[in-house]
Parts: sequence; structure tokens; C-alpha cells
Amino acid sequence: MPTRNMIEAINDAHKVVMAADPDVVVFGEDVGYFGGVFRATAGLQAEFGKQRCFDAPISEGGIVGAAVGMAAYGLKPLIEIQFADYIYPGYDQIVSEVARMRYRTAGEWTMPMVIRSPYGGGIFGGQTHSQSPEALFTHVAGLKVVIPSTPYDAKGLLIAAVEDPDPVVFFEPKRIYNGPFDGHHDRPVKPWSKHPDSEVPDGHYTVPLGKARIVREGQDLTVLAYGTMVHVALAAVEENGIDAEVIDLRTLLPLDMATIEESVKKTGRCLVVQEATKTSGFAAELATLVQERCFYHLEAPVGRVAGWDTPYPHAYEWIYFPGPIRMKQALEKVMAD
Amino acid sequence: MSEAPPTDRRNAPALSLHVPEPDYRPGDTPDFSKVVVPAAGAAPRPDTGAPARETFPLTDTLVRVLDDQGRPVGPWDPRLDPDTLRKMLKDMVTVRVFDDRMYRAQRQGKTSFYMKCTGEEAIAVAAAAALASDDMCFPTYRQQGLLVARGYPLTDMMCQIYSNAGDKLHGRQLPIMYSDKPHGFFSISGNLGTQYPQAVGWAMASAIKGDSRIAMGWIGDGATAEGDFHSALTFAAVYTAPVILAVVNNQWAISSFSGIAGAEKATFANRAVGYGIAGLRVDGNDALAVYAATRWAAERARANHGPTLIEYFTYRAEGHSTSDDPTGYRPAGEAQQWPLGDPIERLKAHLIGAGEWDEERHADLVKTADAEVRAAQKQAEAQGILPDQGFDRIGSMFEDVYADTPWHLAEQRDAALGEARIYLGRDAS
Repeated sequence: MPTRNMIEAINDAHKVVMAADPDVVVFGEDVGYFGGVFRATAGLQAEFGKQRCFDAPISEGGIVGAAVGMAAYGLKPLIEIQFADYIYPGYDQIVSEVARMRYRTAGEWTMPMVIRSPYGGGIFGGQTHSQSPEALFTHVAGLKVVIPSTPYDAKGLLIAAVEDPDPVVFFEPKRIYNGPFDGHHDRPVKPWSKHPDSEVPDGHYTVPLGKARIVREGQDLTVLAYGTMVHVALAAVEENGIDAEVIDLRTLLPLDMATIEESVKKTGRCLVVQEATKTSGFAAELATLVQERCFYHLEAPVGRVAGWDTPYPHAYEWIYFPGPIRMKQALEKVMAD
Repeated sequence: MSEAPPTDRRNAPALSLHVPEPDYRPGDTPDFSKVVVPAAGAAPRPDTGAPARETFPLTDTLVRVLDDQGRPVGPWDPRLDPDTLRKMLKDMVTVRVFDDRMYRAQRQGKTSFYMKCTGEEAIAVAAAAALASDDMCFPTYRQQGLLVARGYPLTDMMCQIYSNAGDKLHGRQLPIMYSDKPHGFFSISGNLGTQYPQAVGWAMASAIKGDSRIAMGWIGDGATAEGDFHSALTFAAVYTAPVILAVVNNQWAISSFSGIAGAEKATFANRAVGYGIAGLRVDGNDALAVYAATRWAAERARANHGPTLIEYFTYRAEGHSTSDDPTGYRPAGEAQQWPLGDPIERLKAHLIGAGEWDEERHADLVKTADAEVRAAQKQAEAQGILPDQGFDRIGSMFEDVYADTPWHLAEQRDAALGEARIYLGRDAS
């Protein structure tokens, strides 16, 4: 089976959906001739033509707004916002228009579109290329929010997202575009080719939205993570010798609560991990849900690992990023109680 | 700022911020003598394929067709047949009667909110006449005339206003925020300006698919300051989108006059040419001029010559909405002084002058429209009004958030129905 890194898998997903459905249209800043700054759309314009894949002005509000009109026409826009940090000028269109169109028109108009965007830090992107704004979108009724952590999932989830009747915000962990990350900043990222989840089949397959993946089975602790932090969490539980069950949420909204609940009731402990700033992050929602549903099964308070409540720094990202030390301390605390 | 200015600037004049003010405030005598009204028929009519920059002179004047006697003059006269003109007059009268009835309904407590378009009826009605019936409209809340002109049932409009059992939007939208796909009327948003890039996107999609339909979007003068206005113009220009972008300059954005949106410095139509878009500035109270300009832009778009921005210059004769009190910020009676007159009266005068209409027929038209609106209102109110809406569809509140209801919404629906049971003392669905 061919191996692909995450960018190649995402690129392949584009080709699959564009070949299958002539109504899928790809546009965004630099996505056309050049193929995107991360190369996610490389070759699409050459293969499918300028009417199906084209560059957009630097106007995220315009990109999303135009996508609304295209979806209203009957196309399926698959758009790229170059960095998640740039999504805010398009936020009104996403939140007020895309998310609510089905609801406010009682199903007369729907917005089957995918808004892709690289998110997260660890690439020396400073405070304008490193944010993790997923919680801003999980707070919005009508959106689905998907974050893959492997090339296999990235392709399968992206195809599922395009085929989904609802709008999907698809955040891509750019830290692991080229390889999995163990959270140690002084170690280079490994290539995906050495990882089993880089075996990405050719052609069409889907990974269903709303279904989490148990990455590692365990008895003593449930770790909930997504995106880059799945890899950080996995490395941390193994380095610390903890028999933890690590769950990759894959879809934050709607959440696979059944899988989480079953795991936490089995292990009696839970640690939630996010890269985003701590306060009001998605980890807070996860901790609350676990507390509401599994309280009498818990042996210890739900632990939380997150980025600091500062903008993302350029020079000190090694101490901003939730890495092995923060993970170790949190694991020790949740296991000691 | 606690630091004193540097000594070497002691003699520099202090800067001051310019905050535009309208010429007249409550208590003043309104006087629109500063409004330049060019003679009807004076504006040239370029070829619909003319380069955008050649339209620049047309963004500083007003395209006008009807003169003071109601005669059509000049190159923009669309030479419409009397039946089309009478249909436009009927639709405009119907809109005005409808507005008056719904305004009263709001004052009677039958609904929460209403917005009239008094004085602006020609802008939607004549545009509807100039477009093909399957062209797509992305309106604001003051284009109810599009629905009326396209034959959308008045009862259905009212049911939406009453959020009653007949409201196809299930009580989810503010009154007047209609939506109807079969009539090419896109869902209205309260977030201003959002529909502008959407209209461009729809037009781009039509071009991508090799369709022949075009799109038209509307925005108010105030909302031209939104980023969406500028992104829409950029996208429309870049992709030569087959779209018409209308700016309805009715002089007032709630209580802020058009100067607060930049009208002191440049006309809204002026802005088109900087983007490489054709621009027209049109007498919005002249139904024939509105028709002619919109038709020109539609032909231009359909021939792949690209977008047009049209500023419809008009006056919001009533308050912004039923929640507004315009006497708090502008002189009473200002609307009567508006130099471009009343669009219905002007079209009526034209038809009478052409021997195609008379006062008696007009009185009959008003009477018939009134009866039609009253009958529609009766039918709508039979299906309920906002204060006594039915309680049998509470569960529908949780539908259409997603195509399928996820677990968390199903749980919340059950909780809501549990609350309803306590409120009502019986089960609801």
C-alpha cells in the first residue's frame, strides 16, 4: 500500500472528490497555479482546470462569502484559509451565514462546504501563524469541526467532510504535515513513511465524521486528545509507563461521547489535552462532559493540559507548546490522586 | 496622553477630527437645495460592453428618465409597453399597502417588528421587472418588492412576519427576513453586507457552470462600510462575475446619515470604477430609470462584460424599522421635501400623461390592492400571530441545525420538551 505524508494524503483526497463530483470547486489564497503554500492543492489546477481550482484575492471574508453563494447555487466549495490565524475576517460569514443557513431557511438552502485550514504551532510561526482556534467553532451551532492526526485519517475524514451535507471546518495540524511529533522540541519530526498510519490507500474511502479512534488501549487512564496532541500524548504515556487509553477525537463537533464515556468508566481517570490556550478551550468542554457523565466512576479530578493563556510567542514556543514536561506533571497528578 | 507636545511644535495647529453632520436636524427646516438633480435625459447611455472606466462620468450624475411632467426623455428611456408599466405600478402600490398593513399589525402587537420601504418601492419592483425571473437575488430587508413583483403569495410573507403555523421558516427568523428559493430570493441576514460576496459567489458559480443566469445583490449606503462590500467588489472585478451590485442610498442608516458612510467625499457609485467595475448612479425614485439601469447592467453581465455597481439615489421616507423614531435625528416632514419625489406618484403621472392610466383606475388599483392585502392578512392571521403561536412544534426548534440530529441536540430537545410539559401542563411535540 502506498505511504503518504499528511499533505500528500490531503492532496489525494482533493483529487478523489474532484474526480468524483464535478460540482466540487477548490479556491483560496495561492491554491491554484502554485498549489498552496503547504502544497495541499498541488497539481489540482493542472488536472481539473482553472474553473475548478483557482487563486483567490487575499480576502477571507470574500472567500467564505463567495463560497456561500456558490453553495447556494449548488456547487460544493472546498476552500482553503491559508492559516487558521487568518480565518477571523471570514468568521462572520462562517458563523452567521454558513453555520445557520440550513436552520434559518428550514432546510431550503444548505451549505455543504468544507473550510480547510492549517492550525497549531511548533513551526516558529509566531503569534499570527500558530493559533488553535477550534473552540471558537465548536461553540457555533450548525458547524462540524474535524481535526485529523494521521495521513490515513486526513484523507478519509476530508473525503467524508466533502460528502457530508453539513458545513465542516477542517483544521489540519501543520506541525505533523510531514511526520508524527513526540513532543520533544529537540528531536526532529520523524517521517510519516515509518508510521503505519501513513499507509493511505489510493482511491475513495472515508473515515466517518463523529467517530473517535482508540489509538492505544489501556486500563488506568483515559487521555483525550486531537491533532498534534495525539502524538504528544501517546509519547508521554509511553515514556511515563502508564497504561493509558489514548483516544483521538478526530471530530470535536459532533463529539463521539459514547466512546469517551465507555473508556472513562473503564479506567476511572481522565486527562484532556489541547494545544490551544487553556481558558475556555475545548478541553474545558471535554472535562465538563466527563464530569457530568462519569463522575461516580472517577478516581481523580479530570486533568487538563493546554497552551498558556498568552498569544503564541515566536521565540519561546518550545516552552509555550504543551510538551513532555507538562504532560508528565499532569499524568503524575491525575494518577496520584 | 500625559506628555506635553515637544517644544518645537508649539506653534503647530492642533489637529481636529472631522465628524460629518447632516445639514438638518430636528427643528430645522429641511432644504435639499444642495442635492444636485440633473435634468432627465441628460446622462449618456454607453454601450453595455463599454470599458468600466468609461462609465465614470455616470457615477457623478444621476441617470434620470422621467422629467418633471412625467415624460420619458433621453437615451435611457427603456420604452416599456404600457402593460409592463402598469404591472410595475400595481406591484409598487401593493408593496406600499402591504407595508402599511404590516406596520399597523406590529403596532397592534401581532408581531414584534416590521420594516417599511416607503419611498423606495421602485428600486426592488423595477429591478425585478428588468431581471429574468430566474436570475438570483441577494436582497436586504428592504427589497420586499422583489417577492411581490415575482408573485410570491402575500399570505406566505405575512405568515413569516407572524411566525405562525404557516411560516415556512418555523419561526426562526425575524419578521421580514424572508427566504424563497423558487422565487430566487436568498435568505436575508441581519448581519449587514454578508449578502454582497454571496451574490458574487453565486454569479461565479453560474459562470463556472456555463449557465446564463446572473445574480443581483443589494446593500444599504451604511453597510458599504462593511468589509464584505469591498471583498465583493474585488471578487466581482477579479473574476468578471456576472453580477449586479446595488447600493440603495436612502440617505439614512438608522440615525446615521450617508456622510457617516463616506458620502461626503465621493458618491457610492464612484467606488465602482476604482475596482474596475462599471458604475451608474440612478434616480431611485424614477421607476423607468431604475429599470433602464438594471437592464443595462443585466445585459452587460449576460454578455460576459462583467459586473456593474448601481447606486440607487433615494430617500427612506419612514423610520428604519418599527423600533426607530426618526423624529429624534432628522426634521419632521423631510421626506416631503425630497427633490426626487415619490416613485409611485411619478410612475402614475407618467402613465396618465401617456394616456394609459387615469385617477379613477388608480383609485381602483389602490382599493383592489388594499382588499387583496386585507384578504391575505385574514388568511395569515387564521394561522396564528406571534403572541399566540402554537405549542405543538417545539421539537422543530432542534431540527435543521444539522442534516441529522446529533446526540447532544437530541438530549437538549428532550429536555426542552420536558420544560414545555411543566409550562403547559401537557405534552408538546
